[in-house]
Amino acid sequence: MAPGTPDFQPRELLIAAMARRLTEARHVVVGALSPIPAAAALLAERLSGGRLRVTMLGSPKNFRFSDGGRELFDAAGRGRIDAFFLSGGQIDGAANVNLVGTGNYPDIDTRFPGSFGSAYLYYMVPNVILFREEHTRRVLVPKVDFISAPGTSPPGVYRPGGPQVLVTSLAILSFNGDLGRFRLESVHPGHDLAEVRANTGFEFDSAPGDGDCPATPAPDPDVLAAIRGPVREILADTYPEFAARLPEAAP
Amino acid sequence: MARREILLTVEELVARIPDGASVISAADNNGVPMAAARALVRRGVRDLRLIGGPTAGLMADLLIGAGCADSIETAAVTLGEFGLAPRFRAAAESGALKIKDSTCPAIHAALQAAEKGNPFAPLRGLIGSDILRYRDDWKVIDNPFAEQDGAAAGDPIVLLPAIVPDFALFHAPYGDARGNVWIGVRRELMTMAHAAHATLVTVEEIFDGDLMADPAMAPGTVPDLYVDGVALAPNGSWPLGLIGRYPVDATHLRDYVAAAATEPGFRAYLDRHVFGAATAAAE
Repeated sequence: MAPGTPDFQPRELLIAAMARRLTEARHVVVGALSPIPAAAALLAERLSGGRLRVTMLGSPKNFRFSDGGRELFDAAGRGRIDAFFLSGGQIDGAANVNLVGTGNYPDIDTRFPGSFGSAYLYYMVPNVILFREEHTRRVLVPKVDFISAPGTSPPGVYRPGGPQVLVTSLAILSFNGDLGRFRLESVHPGHDLAEVRANTGFEFDSAPGDGDCPATPAPDPDVLAAIRGPVREILADTYPEFAARLPEAAP
Repeated sequence: MARREILLTVEELVARIPDGASVISAADNNGVPMAAARALVRRGVRDLRLIGGPTAGLMADLLIGAGCADSIETAAVTLGEFGLAPRFRAAAESGALKIKDSTCPAIHAALQAAEKGNPFAPLRGLIGSDILRYRDDWKVIDNPFAEQDGAAAGDPIVLLPAIVPDFALFHAPYGDARGNVWIGVRRELMTMAHAAHATLVTVEEIFDGDLMADPAMAPGTVPDLYVDGVALAPNGSWPLGLIGRYPVDATHLRDYVAAAATEPGFRAYLDRHVFGAATAAAE
């Protein structure tokens, strides 16, 4: 690392930033193949003093369901899941998420795996954190080609949940459901607003004059210690390669 | 009337699945019958209508690539950490495969309707998604109980027709001679068995006794009432894993993804691992 820069990895910044979004939650669910969200959830659990429970899909040790695949969705329908992470092949400025493919459906150009549970959980879970490391115009598009799950719903549609925030490798944007728009909340150290704008395919709001955009706060030493110690250790069960790339706790 | 034989070979088991049948199976690593899938490819089955349970993976990719499938209804097709399913992706992008895009809870709910004999199930969410927009078999009604529940007037909700698969086909740790099958905590397999017209299972071991007689085993057991055939297939989920028994064969999966990136590469994979003499002897 260059002299003078704080001693943490960019991914540790993301883990700490997303954990701060879970300070009210009692139960957070992390999907499969989501090591950074899983680390954020485990960190928040560690810092919560027993308030937060974490369910990690694909991880037998951090699993709380015993009645088949449907139980996750039944629990969400009953309000038993407070927070969930969702990603997208495309995400647009209205927080619509596309997990199906690009092009003119059904004549698609590039096929993605599919919508998984997004078309339900996005509506039901109050605090959905959108997370996609890649911050490019390829991913953050003016309008998604296929809506797996919409960012907002018209009045009269039952929708206790929805997106609260979008976290990427460049910035954090909070979502205003009433306006149906993102607002730049902070830019990560080493990046700036111009870079965020240049790499975002949709319009978003920012501070007047574009001058005072805060930097995403660096993780505190105790947070870094938790990531590098207990979080890293638990994570290694499910994501051994990811955990091995995180710094180790100081001896 | 004499009962049909329950204990079968894998080849006899899949012989019960005719061309054109609808088949639901498990999501990767939760009981995917890969030995049976290879036997289906060897038999040259055609026009299967695959259903993800609620997602699909390697088994679907193999059947699609081998020309065994006409359509798939699923919430996703994925090889998980190994990436996109290459033959599914190629068939989707060329338009060769009919795809009914769904979402996990819709498949769960439609199977639950089927296990009750109900014609449909309601489900929240979905409204405003393109999944709903392109599903002309799904309907939206106004909640008929809205006023007495204090909900807003209107309160639209989606209705999903029941999914009644011709066959549920999966792999499990144990079956017994009566046809009881132990699935443990993988209870989505129970729902599939209840919903399907017939259930065919490959198992790691034949259990010496009655799985329903032990109160610790019975809650994780699909009773013989639902099961139409059981075939012994040790390591029957390979190269996928079976939770609690063996892990995924990661080297093989990476080799598969590399080979199946092209049609000739996929054919070579089939020749070696599905039609190959060594494979046939092992199974």
